[in-house]
Amino acid sequence: MAPKLPLHHPVEQSSTASAGGQAAAHPAPPRGLMRWLLTTNHKEIGSLYLIFSLTMFFIGGIFALVVRAELFQPGLQLVVPEFFNQMTTMHGLIMVFGAIMPAFVGLANWMVPLQIGAPDMALPRLNNFSFWLLPVAFTLLLSTLLMPGGGPNFGWTFYAPLSTTYAPPSTTFFILSLHIAGISSILGAINIIATILNLRAPGMRLMDMPLFCWTWLITAFLLIAVMPVLAGAVTMMLMDINFGTSFFNAAGGGDPVLFQHLFWFFGHPEVYIMILPAFGIVSAIIPTFSRKRLFGYASMVYATASIAILSFMVWAHHMFTVGLPLAAELFFMYTTMLIAVPTGVKVFNWIATMFRGSISFEPPMLFALAFVVQFTVGGFSGLMLAISPADFQYHDTYFVVAHFHYVLVPGALFAILAAAYYWLPKWTGHYPNVKLAQWHFWLSVIGVNLTFFPMHFSGLAGMPRRIPDYALQFADFNVASSLGAFLFGASQLLFVILIIKCVRGGEKAPAKAWEGAEDLEWSVPSPAPLHTFEHPPTFRRESE
Amino acid sequence: MRNEAGRDHDNRQGVRRTVSKTLFALAGMFAFAFALVPLYDVFCEVTGLNGKTSASAQALVHEEVDTSRMVTVQFVTRGSAGLPWNLEVETRQIRVHPGQSAEVGFAFHNTGDSAIWGRAVPSVSPSRANPHLRKLTCFCFQEQRLEAGERMSAPLVFQLTRDLPEDVNTVTLVYTLYPVTRDEAALQARASGGIGDEA
Repeated sequence: MAPKLPLHHPVEQSSTASAGGQAAAHPAPPRGLMRWLLTTNHKEIGSLYLIFSLTMFFIGGIFALVVRAELFQPGLQLVVPEFFNQMTTMHGLIMVFGAIMPAFVGLANWMVPLQIGAPDMALPRLNNFSFWLLPVAFTLLLSTLLMPGGGPNFGWTFYAPLSTTYAPPSTTFFILSLHIAGISSILGAINIIATILNLRAPGMRLMDMPLFCWTWLITAFLLIAVMPVLAGAVTMMLMDINFGTSFFNAAGGGDPVLFQHLFWFFGHPEVYIMILPAFGIVSAIIPTFSRKRLFGYASMVYATASIAILSFMVWAHHMFTVGLPLAAELFFMYTTMLIAVPTGVKVFNWIATMFRGSISFEPPMLFALAFVVQFTVGGFSGLMLAISPADFQYHDTYFVVAHFHYVLVPGALFAILAAAYYWLPKWTGHYPNVKLAQWHFWLSVIGVNLTFFPMHFSGLAGMPRRIPDYALQFADFNVASSLGAFLFGASQLLFVILIIKCVRGGEKAPAKAWEGAEDLEWSVPSPAPLHTFEHPPTFRRESE
Repeated sequence: MRNEAGRDHDNRQGVRRTVSKTLFALAGMFAFAFALVPLYDVFCEVTGLNGKTSASAQALVHEEVDTSRMVTVQFVTRGSAGLPWNLEVETRQIRVHPGQSAEVGFAFHNTGDSAIWGRAVPSVSPSRANPHLRKLTCFCFQEQRLEAGERMSAPLVFQLTRDLPEDVNTVTLVYTLYPVTRDEAALQARASGGIGDEA
C-alpha cells in the first residue's frame, strides 16, 4: 500500500518547512518502504492509519456485501450458513476494530498536534509501534478464514459459550489478534492523552481547545478504562478454551452471563469511543460553514464528559432478556434514557450554531449535516430499544441492526468522511473535486437509507439477525436493503478515486482553506509541511 | 532559546508523569476485570440473583409451619451434551407449606457404556425465592461417578422458609447435568476428604 501514499517530497518540505526553520537539523529520512516502517512523524503515521482504515473498510464492506447478497432472496443461494456466520462476525470485527477506530486514531494523529500547536505527538516512537501492531493484528484475524474450521463465527460480540465451548479451533488466533489490536488502541490513547495534557501551545487552556481535541481526550480516557477489561475477558476465554478453567462454563461453576456483563462493560463505552470523536469533528465543521462560533462550547464539553461517565452505567441494556431482576431492568432503562439528555444538548447546540448563520454547503458540510439528521434517527431508535419491556420484542432482531448501523454508518462513518473532506486541503494542498464529492455524498445518503431504513420494518416484523435465511414475508424489505448496500458499497469507490485525484492535483488550497475556519491547523501552509510548530505558536483567544 | 529548552524539559517530565499515571490506571482496570469474577459471585450470592443456590448443606430452620399458605415447588431436570445420563425425579411438582421440610427422590442413570463423572448444577427461579429455599441434603453438593449402566438414587431434602415473599406461589428448581472432565482433580478432592466443590 505504500506507493499510493501522499508523499511529501523532500524538495517541497525544505521550501515550506523553512517557516519552522529547523528542517536541516534532521538527518535525511530513509526512503521507500523503510521510511514508512520507521517513521515517527505524526502526519505520516496519521496517513498510515487512515489508509489502513480505508483498506479495512473495503474488506469489511465486501464481507457485508456477501451477507447482503445471500439475503437478497429467502432461501440459501450463495453461501453455506457456516460461512455466512463467519461473514457477519468478521464484518463486525473488521469495521469496529479495523475501520472506525483506526480512522479516528489517524485523524487524531494528524490533527491533534496541529490543533493544539504541538510539534508532534508526545511519544513518537510509541506512535509508530501502535500503528504497526494493527496490520499484524488484522492479518492474523483475516488469516483465520483460511484455517481448518473457519474463522470466528459467533458474532462480533463473541458470547461464551459460543466462543469457547462451541468455537472453531481458530478462536485462539482471534483472541491473540484482539489482544494486539487492543494494545495498539491503548498505546494510541496514552499518546493522545500525553500530547493533549502536556504539549498545548503556551496560553492555551483546556477550555480553549478545539472540540475535536476535547472529545478525543475523553475518548482516550474511555479507551484506557475499558480496553483492559476486554483484554481480561478474552484472556479468560483463552484460559477456558486452552487451560481448562471455567470462567464462563456452568459445568465448572462459572457463568456464561458473566461473559456478557464483562463484554458489555467494555462494549458500551466502546460504542461511545466510536462516536465521541465524530461529535468533535462535526463541532468543528458546522461552525466553519455556518461562519459562526460554536454555540455553547462549554456545554458541549460537559455533555461529552457526561456521556462518557454515563456510558459506564448502562451496559446491561444489551442484556435485558438474560433474566435480570426487575430493579436492574428499571435502573438500566432509566440510565440509558438519561444519555439522551447530553446527546440532545449536543444536537441542540449544532442546530443553534447554524441558526441565523451564513451557511454554505461544501462537501464537508453536506456530510456533517447528514450526520446530525441521521445520527438523531439512530438515537431515537436507541431510545425505543432502551424501553426494557419493548426490548423483549426488539432484542436480536433487525431493528437492532438498523439502530446501530444508523449511529455507525451515517453517524461515525459520515463524520470520518466529513473530516476527510474538511482536512484534505490541509493534507494534500488541493481541494477535493466538488462534483465528485457531491455524487459521492448523494449516492451514499441514498444508499445508506435504502439499506438500513427497511431494516427497522423487517426488525419490527420479527426478522431475527444473524440468520442466512428468512421467512417469505421479509423478502421485499431485504431486496431493498441489499440493493441499497450494493449502491452504498459502489459509491465508496468514488471516494477512493476522489482521494487519488486530490493527492495528485486539483485546485490549490491556501493555508486557511475554508473561509470560516478558525482553529490553529489553518495557520500552517497547505499542504502541511512535514514539521510544524517547532516553535510553539502564540495562542490568542478569539474573544480577546 | 533557554526558555524553550526549559519548556521542553517541563514537557518531557509532564509526559512521563502522564504516562505513568495512565499505565497505573491500565493495570488497575485489567486487575478489575479479573476481580469482577469473584465480585460477581459475591454479588449474586448476597442478592440471591442468578438462581445460584448454596453449594453446601444448610441447617433446618425450626419454625412453625404456615398452614395458611401453599406453595408449588416444581422440579425440572435437564441433560447436557457429552454426558449420557438421565436424571429422573419421582414427582414433577409438590405442594408444601412454608416452614415445612419435604423430601423428594431423584434417580441417576448412566445410559452410556463407560464410567464417568458428572454433576447436577441447580438453579432456582424466580431468583427472589432463592434465599428462602434451604437445602438440607442434596446430591448437587458433590460430583458423582456412575459406572456404565449404573443407577443411583439420591434424595433432596429442602425447606421453604416462612419469610418467602407473599406473591411467590411457584418455585422452580432446575437441575442441569454436566460432565466433569477433570477426573483426577475430582478424585483427589474426594480422596482428601473434601467435597470436591469450589463453586
